[in-house]
Amino acid sequence: MKLIDANKLTALAAALARAGYRVVAPVEDSGVVRLKEWAEGAAIRTGAVPVNSAKDFLFPPSEIIGRWDLDGDDFMPRDVQPDAPKTVLLAVRPCDAAALALLDTVFNWDYKDDFYNARRQAVTVVPMVCTAADEQCFCTSVGGAPDATAGADAMLRPADGGTRFILEPLTDKGNALLDAAGLALAEGEAAADPPVEIARRFDVEAVTEWLSRNFESDLWPALSLACLGCGACAYACPTCHCFDIQDEATRRESVRLKNWDSCGFGLFTLHAGGHNPRPDQTARWRNRVMHKFSYIPERFALVGCTGCGRCARVCGAGMSMSEVCRLIADETKKAPTHES
Amino acid sequence: MSPDPDQAQAVQQPGGNLYAPITMTIAESRDETYDVRTLRLQFPGETERAAFFEKYRVGMFGLYGVPGAGESAFCIASPPTQDQYIECTFRKAGRVTTALCDREVGQAITFRGPYGNFFPIEQWKGKNIVFIAGGIALPPIRAVIWNVLDRRDEFGRLTIVYGARTVADLVYKHELQQWQKRKDVKLILTVDPGGETDDWKGEIGFVPMVLEKAAPSAENAVAVVCGPLIMIKFTLLPLKQLNFPDAHAYTTLENRMKCGVGKCGRCNVGSLYVCKDGPVFTIEQLKNLPQGDL
Repeated sequence: MKLIDANKLTALAAALARAGYRVVAPVEDSGVVRLKEWAEGAAIRTGAVPVNSAKDFLFPPSEIIGRWDLDGDDFMPRDVQPDAPKTVLLAVRPCDAAALALLDTVFNWDYKDDFYNARRQAVTVVPMVCTAADEQCFCTSVGGAPDATAGADAMLRPADGGTRFILEPLTDKGNALLDAAGLALAEGEAAADPPVEIARRFDVEAVTEWLSRNFESDLWPALSLACLGCGACAYACPTCHCFDIQDEATRRESVRLKNWDSCGFGLFTLHAGGHNPRPDQTARWRNRVMHKFSYIPERFALVGCTGCGRCARVCGAGMSMSEVCRLIADETKKAPTHES
Repeated sequence: MSPDPDQAQAVQQPGGNLYAPITMTIAESRDETYDVRTLRLQFPGETERAAFFEKYRVGMFGLYGVPGAGESAFCIASPPTQDQYIECTFRKAGRVTTALCDREVGQAITFRGPYGNFFPIEQWKGKNIVFIAGGIALPPIRAVIWNVLDRRDEFGRLTIVYGARTVADLVYKHELQQWQKRKDVKLILTVDPGGETDDWKGEIGFVPMVLEKAAPSAENAVAVVCGPLIMIKFTLLPLKQLNFPDAHAYTTLENRMKCGVGKCGRCNVGSLYVCKDGPVFTIEQLKNLPQGDL
């Protein structure tokens, strides 16, 4: 098996960078661990779940999807190509990789989004098995696991008490990555460390079932009251894929941008005529929960949440998706009341 | 009523940019009211024209734009039977529609589409059709009306109930006159109380009440309703009293949209996407949607 010492991940990153990969890895940035493009000299931090998700590198916060030369009232379209460098997502988390099934589906649902697909094809996904979790992690409640391999091209498995990693290829892309790593990896034997145990917090099928018959429920205002509508949860989320399309222009040129958006924003659904189907934060938060745990299961037979807990870590109001789901699941255990 | 995968295939060039529009030229520009305009758009070439009309069925929508301002979703207001151009009708309401209004004949705008599902008019052959529209919601219905009129022999009696807040808010006034004169169309016009002028000869009253009074027969008939949500909701009662089955009554919804192709995530009503599962829905479907999301 292929091994690398735990303190030599940067050597692996350097070898992959030399082999032509853009290396994305968890590095310290302004005091937090963030997934970003690795540069020579940056330490790779595997001890904390990064604040952002791997989605950023497949579906970037802002992306040019159209470009025109402007000349007075005339315009001339120019070709736009996706910016899709060969990339490795190194030491991301199984909950990042688990999100790919949904992103792949949404961006190819009848119509194919080649901006996403070009990046997706250029990416090699190498999650790290989690041997530690924090109080926000709940992957096991939504069908995931700290050692899940869904969406992974290769797995980094902590071994021998965290002193080294086993790099295990799972796909052709994974094999190519191992070849590219070359001498950064050593051949040898090691004992994989057990993944962290994460207790199941709620029954996700019970949540989906409750949502299917509780669009109107007295519970929604209570569940959503703390929401500030800041959208941080959507930006940190590995599966949130809503976007806006906006033009930005100078006198000579206009670009059309696909920018991240959030169903938590008041303008998200506001009609030109003034009507807003989701006029308050309760309606907007309900859509967020419904989309992930009712609509996506109904449409795609997937769950729109991978249990990464990032939304709760970044929420300024202390809201937590797992807590909301637990409260909903608790509802289903209550005895039926007057409802026939 | 569901999205057609073949349609999706045809819309997109293999390996192409899903969001890349084509450039259309404004052939005609008409003011319908003080703030509503119709643009007639010419395709850049025969390839684009033929590709569009191969896919286009009445009820579908498109995204119209001006580089630098953005793009907005509206219905395609002309029918597939008029296959040399398309028309769109919109109210000047924001950045994009203002930019569209500022474009003149001979200038260009961007367009992509057609997207969404369509009115199943092939299933309506031989049936009577009752059209009910309010205000700026006539354009999608107008496309169906002309589609049916262009194939007049294939359909039964046509009744149109159209109302607006005021006489000034009625759109397509020149076409309303044409329909009024035709013996094979029954047109009932109405304006809200207080919206009439001295020489107004139509009805005065809200669309649902006028529909109730006109009482078109539901026998062998379908109904097509489009208007502000509040008008649609209040029209459901007279439709029920007149015995129009919910499965044979149709509406078309408009929600804020960006992508038009089921990705940007904002036009959903419950689990249904207006851009892909709609914009055309039966009243039966409409009633089953979570009403708090409309």
